[in-house]
Amino acid sequence: MTDQPFIRISGLRKVYGEGGAKPYVALSDVTLTVNEGELLSIVGPSGCGKSTLMMIIAGLQKASAGELQIGTAQGDFDPHRHIGMVFQQALLLKWRTVTENILLPAEFLGLPMKEARERARYLLQLVGLSEHGEKYPKQLSGGQQQRVSIARSLIHDPKLVLMDEPFGALDALTREKMNLELLRIWEESGKTILFVTHGISEAVLLGSKIAVMTAGPARLAEMIDVKLPYPRRLEMKTHEDFGVYTRRVYSLLGME
Amino acid sequence: MSQFLKNTAAGFLQDYGGAVLIHLLLILIWQLVADYGGLPPYMLPSPTEMLATLSETGNRWAQNAVVTMIEIVGGFALAVVIGVALALVFSWSRTALLLFMPLLVSLNMVPKVALGPLIIVWFGYGLITNMMIAFAICFFPVVITTAKGLSEIEPELLYLARTVRASRWQIFRKIQFPGALPYIFSGMKVSAVLAVAGAVVGEFIGSDKGLGYLMLQVQVNLDTASMFMAVLLITLIGVALYGAVALLEWLLVNRGGQA
Repeated sequence: MTDQPFIRISGLRKVYGEGGAKPYVALSDVTLTVNEGELLSIVGPSGCGKSTLMMIIAGLQKASAGELQIGTAQGDFDPHRHIGMVFQQALLLKWRTVTENILLPAEFLGLPMKEARERARYLLQLVGLSEHGEKYPKQLSGGQQQRVSIARSLIHDPKLVLMDEPFGALDALTREKMNLELLRIWEESGKTILFVTHGISEAVLLGSKIAVMTAGPARLAEMIDVKLPYPRRLEMKTHEDFGVYTRRVYSLLGME
Repeated sequence: MSQFLKNTAAGFLQDYGGAVLIHLLLILIWQLVADYGGLPPYMLPSPTEMLATLSETGNRWAQNAVVTMIEIVGGFALAVVIGVALALVFSWSRTALLLFMPLLVSLNMVPKVALGPLIIVWFGYGLITNMMIAFAICFFPVVITTAKGLSEIEPELLYLARTVRASRWQIFRKIQFPGALPYIFSGMKVSAVLAVAGAVVGEFIGSDKGLGYLMLQVQVNLDTASMFMAVLLITLIGVALYGAVALLEWLLVNRGGQA
């Protein structure tokens, strides 16, 4: 983690059907800064615009208003080269082996395959699946499949990894395990990660910052700096400080 | 390897032994009924009488079978290539889909067999005409199933592909097409059966070669045994085509961890 601002967003807004009879505000009031190497949790209820925010940052949707800058220096960030994505579903191609799945973005980008294969081997090790490279997705558990999709998001050495509720479909125990794995992968890889979640304790456990978003209208309510020390461990959830942060998020979401 | 073969053979016998037995039993009953049932041979020839017709050189079995086979395989292959290509266009262009898919559905409502005499007017008698009829009858299932298969891609996977600059063609080749293969093959299996019917109907309507044409020739002489033999050969061509499709499916789809 550095103090270099990596993502700068100010006054970001997304409205569907603007100027029409019934404009729908999908996102508003988003002003935030994410430093290089930070893990930003984005938490909020359905309809708060967190996925829209992801889509805009990924360059897949255009904002209606506001500014978005990514990269530490002008022009050193290419949204078609430096973004990795992980979704709630692992979205693995069932006819490809684990390694072949991880290599897919490298093939699309036309990267040198020899290096990509080496990197895939390293990533398999990073996500704890060294022995499973030749298996097919259906031979893996849900948690393992999601590890593969994390490895796939890192194959082209992106500068920014966007994760949209990556552990939302896993059972509670697997999810906690994956939280720890993600923290380890994040620390080893040094990537800037944006992590969208419904889970408040997950958001606090992972994030160096938390963006709390609320629905109706969809907006960024508050940015919270999480000053819990890394490496974080599950037992921290029982600490007083952890409770302070989760209570803060609950109250922002009006759930007290 | 031989152990593997042994196990496979044992497994096959266990699963399908009964079905094979029923097939054989039916042929045996047929033989017995034909031999002792008191029916004249022109009504129901026995399987052995049927096989004996193979030595009747006047029937030109091989030549006629080859013609029918070319019609079936040609019409089928054309339907698969054009069907998949058209489905691809539909998957790339929503406008094309909205404009032309309803037209295809309407055209599919037209009984293709009824078009036979018209196709003869356009293309004349013969092999090409019958291939066209086979094509017309088996084209639609390929388009429909392929279009369905190509559209099954998850939107998130498309997002992911777009963030790494994937071209349309790359997305088709690496994600859509392999993902659609199980759909394409189910369409091809339906089409394989239809193509046989199409080609034979074409030969009935107007032709001077092929097993369908032969059936009309021997019918005049009440050579029922030869008619049965022609039906059997047509069926065998159909089974071979279906088997080839199923084998290809196994090689491309089931073997690679899918299904």
